[in-house]
Amino acid sequence: MDGSPAGTAQDSAAAAQAEEVEDPAAIAARDQAWTEGLMAVRAGMVGNRWVRLLRWVVLAVVVAILLVMARNIATHGLAYFLQTVVYGLAGGSLYALIALGYTMVYGIIELINFAHADVVSFGGFISLYMVTAFGFKEGVVNGPLVMVGLVFITAATMLLCGTLNVTIERVAYRPLRNAPRVSPLITAAGMSFVLEGVMFLWKGPVNNHYPDLIPAGAVTALGTTVRTKDALVVVLALLLMLALDTFVTRSKLGKAMRATAQDRDAASLMGIDINRTIAATFFIGALLAGFAGTMYGLYFGNIVFDLGFATGLVAFTAAVLGGIGNIRGAALGGLCIGMFEAFWNSYFVSAWTQVMIFVILTLVLLFRPSGLLGMRVPDRT
Amino acid sequence: MSSATVARPRPGPRRGRIRIGRFSINLRDRDTVVYLCLAIGALAFPTVADFITGGEGGPIVLLAADAGVYVLLALGLNVVVGFAGLLDLGYAAFFAIGAYTYALMASGSLGHTPLHHAIHIPFWFLLLVGVVIAATAGALLGAPTLRLRGDYLAIVTLGFGEIVPRVFRNAGDWTGGVNGLSALDNPVIPYWISGPWSDPGSPVMVIKNLVFSVANPTAWYVLMLALVTLSVVMLNNLRKSRLGRAWMAIREDETAAQAMGINTVTTKLLAFAMGAATSGFAGCFYGAKLSLVSPENFQFQVSITILVMIVLGGMGSMPGVIVGALTIYLVLFKILPDAPNQVHSLLATTGFTGIDQPHGDWPGLGELVSRLKFLLFGLILVTTMLLRPGGLIPSRAEIDVERAAKESATLHQEGAQG
Repeated sequence: MDGSPAGTAQDSAAAAQAEEVEDPAAIAARDQAWTEGLMAVRAGMVGNRWVRLLRWVVLAVVVAILLVMARNIATHGLAYFLQTVVYGLAGGSLYALIALGYTMVYGIIELINFAHADVVSFGGFISLYMVTAFGFKEGVVNGPLVMVGLVFITAATMLLCGTLNVTIERVAYRPLRNAPRVSPLITAAGMSFVLEGVMFLWKGPVNNHYPDLIPAGAVTALGTTVRTKDALVVVLALLLMLALDTFVTRSKLGKAMRATAQDRDAASLMGIDINRTIAATFFIGALLAGFAGTMYGLYFGNIVFDLGFATGLVAFTAAVLGGIGNIRGAALGGLCIGMFEAFWNSYFVSAWTQVMIFVILTLVLLFRPSGLLGMRVPDRT
Repeated sequence: MSSATVARPRPGPRRGRIRIGRFSINLRDRDTVVYLCLAIGALAFPTVADFITGGEGGPIVLLAADAGVYVLLALGLNVVVGFAGLLDLGYAAFFAIGAYTYALMASGSLGHTPLHHAIHIPFWFLLLVGVVIAATAGALLGAPTLRLRGDYLAIVTLGFGEIVPRVFRNAGDWTGGVNGLSALDNPVIPYWISGPWSDPGSPVMVIKNLVFSVANPTAWYVLMLALVTLSVVMLNNLRKSRLGRAWMAIREDETAAQAMGINTVTTKLLAFAMGAATSGFAGCFYGAKLSLVSPENFQFQVSITILVMIVLGGMGSMPGVIVGALTIYLVLFKILPDAPNQVHSLLATTGFTGIDQPHGDWPGLGELVSRLKFLLFGLILVTTMLLRPGGLIPSRAEIDVERAAKESATLHQEGAQG
């Protein structure tokens, strides 16, 4: 502050006065700027100078990629483009279903449930087991009987997955709710490995064929084929997501879930049974996971024990992209990521798709950690 | 303290202490005893291995040198997870970066790349280069992530661990793709004094250019031992330093640490870069020893193996981590691979060959045993965290916390009764 060497008493008094005069307005302004800056940094809106510079570089690269993609789209024609959109929608709705489970659990107990994607593949294995037990094969039994059987199998899978996930929460997460943050994360990774280990013991490292049971009809328009399974996956996933959204916004349990997510202690003081609410969240998330697992098998025709690993990473990226903790955000993020994957596979090299999705995850965390729709700003604890 | 207080037993002649010059070893200190046992075991190991196998101990000694790589990795991950409380699930990525650094800069590989010029830098210098490159990668990855809450680091590192081997596999022009890079240079010491200590009965003489090769397992073993010892000493000093205390403060309560004036972002970043550096160091050694790197050696399983090692041994406790690493290494590379054959022979001798035959979904008991790895790892992680969060040999901080919790519980009870 005091740049001059020790001067006369008058000098220092004047300096003190000057400082005093400067004080109220300047300090208030500085405080204001500091607070705003801090909030902006927290929200991930502005970083330091380097982050801002990096932002322009990234923007330039993204624009360049989009230009190349536009050129590729133009050369490949409209039908190819629409077909890509169809694949993107179907894949995206599966990712959205998985992302919902991540985002709900993160929203309520701030835990990345690594085991979630393995619950999905476990669902696939359970339903495959039931499909085989019922003797369903391609072309052998067809018609309404198979559809009724599939509805039953899907429902049973969803319930089993729900029970499994609630058990996981009870055994591995609840006892550690007040432990250091890293502990439940480690048990989550451990549970993921336990599930993968069980599936590995069960079926070994091979790809398991999942019979294609959905009727093989297709509609062709503008050179684009929409198969029954494309339409079915998208429509059912959308219906489920609508149902979930209604449940969370309208029902009493949904309200309890939102309250617990906002402030666990306050919710508990209002008479909400926290343990029950959290268990319900895990249950509902796993219902969607069971559905997604069955659909994955039906849609792609094979499942493998470590399916959850790569899928989980993509689905979590979707959840972060949409805004973690935000249910509609997860649905939107899932669709975006599914679209991105389809477009990258169609117009660029598919070997780099996973790498690009990881790059998206890093960039979202760098520039907009609250995601596309996220109101809840991840705090910097 | 007045003389009226109850007299404590006087320290008197310090029992259980061995003094060697300036150093005194306290035999009542648990960590010291563990280190001492490990050191004696490590020094005696080559001789014992030779003795047990009747002079054919070479392969076992080489295996032990590989175990040292995992000890290094576990020590490094311990800085990130144990000291700073950050979960890194993609630790193998930095291992891969270190190994590929060595592979590219100490072999003819770069001659086949678009660069068309092979580089042969000595191993000893590349150890440092690998450390710097891995630490830089760690800092670049950590910088965007560590500004956010710690959980995100887990998923970002998980992704990074998945991506790095994939990049090495895809960038075939530079990295040899799926096949990886082979025929890497062996480390060379320009001068070495050979004598009875390197080969029983040989005369004392000076050798030029001592080459580390497969034919010379003891050399690798000694080198590994030296690197591990160096790392233990360095990391132990780091743990006791101001930075180490800051890491532990962040691990216990980040908000409180920040209030105490610790720059949490920088401190966490340093922990992360330190872990990455150790991993790169180990990667360089691994590449040189194997003389081959391929993307398959750095899969997610490696990361989780190292995590299992430190969780089992005791997060934050360096002797615990070393013991954990050795235990898991033994299980993973010796017991589990041998298990199917043992089961086969056991069933053959007892006559239960029926359950060894695959039929339907049942793959046979021997095959089933060989598939146990994932389940075993998962169970170790979950049960250790639930039943004994401190691991086999808990760190002292963990013991103190538990003791304090117990004491406060007793005080509560007494208060309630009285």
